This record gives sequence, structure tokens and C-alpha cells, in this order.
Amino acid sequence: MCLAIPALVKSIDGYQAEVEIGGIRCRANLQLTPEAKVGDYVLLHTGYAINVIAVEEAEETLRLLRELGEAY
Amino acid sequence: MKYIDEFRDPELARKLVARIHRNSTQKITLMEFCGGHTVAIFRHGIRQLLPQNITMLSGPGCPVCVTANSDLDKTIALAHLPNTIITTFGDLFKVPGSYSSLAEVKAEGSDIRIVYSVQDALDIARDNPDKSVIFIGIGFETTAPTIAASVLEAERERITNYYILPLNKLCPPIMKALLKLGEINISGIIAPGHVSAIIGSYPYNFIPKDFSVACVISGFEPLDILLSIDMLLNQIETGDCKVEIAYRRGVKAEGNREAIRLLGEVFEDGEAYWRGIGMVSSSGLKLNKKYQRYDVENNFNIKTRPALEPKGCICGSILRGVSTPPDCKLFRQKCTPEQPVGPCMVSSEGSCATYYQYGNGDER
Repeated sequence: MCLAIPALVKSIDGYQAEVEIGGIRCRANLQLTPEAKVGDYVLLHTGYAINVIAVEEAEETLRLLRELGEAY
Repeated sequence: MKYIDEFRDPELARKLVARIHRNSTQKITLMEFCGGHTVAIFRHGIRQLLPQNITMLSGPGCPVCVTANSDLDKTIALAHLPNTIITTFGDLFKVPGSYSSLAEVKAEGSDIRIVYSVQDALDIARDNPDKSVIFIGIGFETTAPTIAASVLEAERERITNYYILPLNKLCPPIMKALLKLGEINISGIIAPGHVSAIIGSYPYNFIPKDFSVACVISGFEPLDILLSIDMLLNQIETGDCKVEIAYRRGVKAEGNREAIRLLGEVFEDGEAYWRGIGMVSSSGLKLNKKYQRYDVENNFNIKTRPALEPKGCICGSILRGVSTPPDCKLFRQKCTPEQPVGPCMVSSEGSCATYYQYGNGDER
């Protein structure tokens, strides 16, 4: 029930956005993420964006994972 | 796919597993509280990768599974009302209540529609002004703000035929209730990633503070889960229990302020009945006074017979982590995905359905 998928915001019209997931376009309601901009990745849950993905944090997590694995 | 594939890197996973094996010295039990985590852990074979002294248990993280039969019976009673369209998420459709299920009632002629989004329910209300359109509000804090948004949209557009049966539940209160029960010695909690995207990390502060239990908020890809287990292990081995966010790309400590604001605008918390656990105070969401007109129970007389529990079903103790599906006499015998007895087998995120599909996960 708490499935949310990263989706790329392609266009915005008021509260409605068109987003893309793996090449497929669908709509997303931005009422929970009014700060979302075209080009952002959002977490899409049952047709609503529940958060804007923090790109720098994604990079930081991957960097941490590589660092943790270095000795192994 | 971006922000998914990178977090499935098998080489990084292998290294992280080696690190977990090296750092694990004591017998510990970790519990996840999200059906999405249960499925991810099984689907990616995480249990088989872990050292023998880490036990993984599933808590009451499947919102469909924890819904009481008495509440399921209400949804079916609503489906029998004239001139109504029931809208529901798909995972509720086949769940058996005391006497029937929404799927059976639909087959008998009721207008029940599976929706992907609460927005679809609102569209159905707009398209059918002569019918009462009722949305079954199931889910945790991830879904509740979307329902709040739909109520506010209905209010703005003066949509008068849209109603909610509010059955949403809250995660931190049930975690507290389970820790207080103390039936299992939980060393660490894998906290739900998308619930936390909404509520942030502060609501979990009681977990290390009052119970000395480690807590890490986790994402859903294999590397997210392995990283969370590594972080939990670190907390447990050093004795430094706290709330940490492993899922930093999806969760901010303060959560989603706008979503929290919408929740507060439309809902208030109240006691809720959890299957297998009972009544838990402040663990459910009800529409507040200002939006009472959207509460279906305020507008319709719902008559139900006394709720029955299916004989032999141990979904309740499975949801508390006290039993696992193989402990149930009905598992794989009388209770299968085709002929489910209890909700844990019906829901795609239920423990029993997950064990059934992916095996016990103990094969090493």
C-alpha cells in the first residue's frame, strides 16, 4: 500500500502534472508537493506526488554505499 | 529506471552483505512495519543473505490485513445501499469479511469499482451526480493526505455526492502498542519509508528513548534495505539507539509539511481497532467536525451483523510477529491465494501471501 515510484515531471498545469516512469506517461496530482518543478523527480503514490526526490541525497547515499563496501 | 536501478547494484549488495556478516555478533530480531518492506525483503531474497543470528519479523504493516472484520463488513453493507457506487483500492476487493467480500457483492450486482487513485473516485462522483459515491479510505499516513486533498477538492467544487468511509490508520501508535505489549524482544525497527516521507522522523523518537530499540527509516530497493540493516546493526552493536534516516532521497526529518497540513485540516485522530491487537488509542483517522458531511456513517444508516472471525485463522498473531505463516494449520492447506481464509493471504502485501509466493526465505 505504500508503494511509490520515482517519476520525472515533464509538464505542469495547475495542480496536475504529466510525469514519466520508464518511458510511460501518466498524470500526477501535485497538491502535496506544490514546490515540484519540471525536471524534478517525484515519488508517485496512487496518482499523487508525495515528495520531491532529493537528488543530492541520492548521490550521497550511493557514495556512502560504495564507501561502506570498499573493504569487502 | 532512475533511482531504482542504481539501488539494485548486485556488486554493492554483495559487499554490504559481507559487511553485515562481519559486524553481526549477537542474536537480534529486526521487525519491519510496512507491507511494502515485507514484499521487498522476500522478493529480493534478503533473508537468505543475512547471517543466521539475525531474525527478521513482519509487523502489522499491511493496512488491509489490519482492518477488522467489523470494518470490512461495513464496506459490504454500504455496497448494498441503493444508488451507490463503492470505490476502493484493488487490494481490498477480495478480502473476506465475516460473511462476504466486495468481489462477491459485485458479482451479485452491486456497483463496486476498483480505483488506482482517490482522484478517480472524485471523477466518478463528478460523472454520476445522481449516485452516492463512497470511497473506502484504507491505508496509512502515505495515503491519508491524498484522501484529505480529495475532500478539500470536493469542498472547493461543492461536490455533494462524495463520501469517505475513513479507515486510515497511523504507524507510530501501533509501533508503540506493539513495543508495550513486549511479546517479542525486538532489537531494531525498519521504519516505513513512504509513511515517513509524509510524517518525517520525529514521530519515531519514542522508540530509542522509551524502549531502547534501534530505528532506521528505510527505502524499498535491495541496497536501501541492506543499508538499513547495516545501520541498525551498528546502533545495536554500539548500544547507541536512535532514529536514523537511511532513505535520505525520499525522507526529510520534518516530513512533507504540506501533506501534514492537509491531514490536520481534514482529519483528527481517534481510537481504531486493529486486527489481532484490538483497540489502540489515537491510532486511526476520522474526519473532523468541519468535514463531517463527507463521513459516510453520518449520512447513511449502516447495518451489520455481529462480526465473525474465520475458524483457525491466526492472522492476528502473525500481524503481531508472534507467529509466522508456516505456524498456521490453514497455510497452504485450506488457505491459499485462490481460496483465502484471512486477509494476510489476500493482500499482496500480507505475510501469508508473501511467504506463499516466495517461500519461507530460510533456505540458505
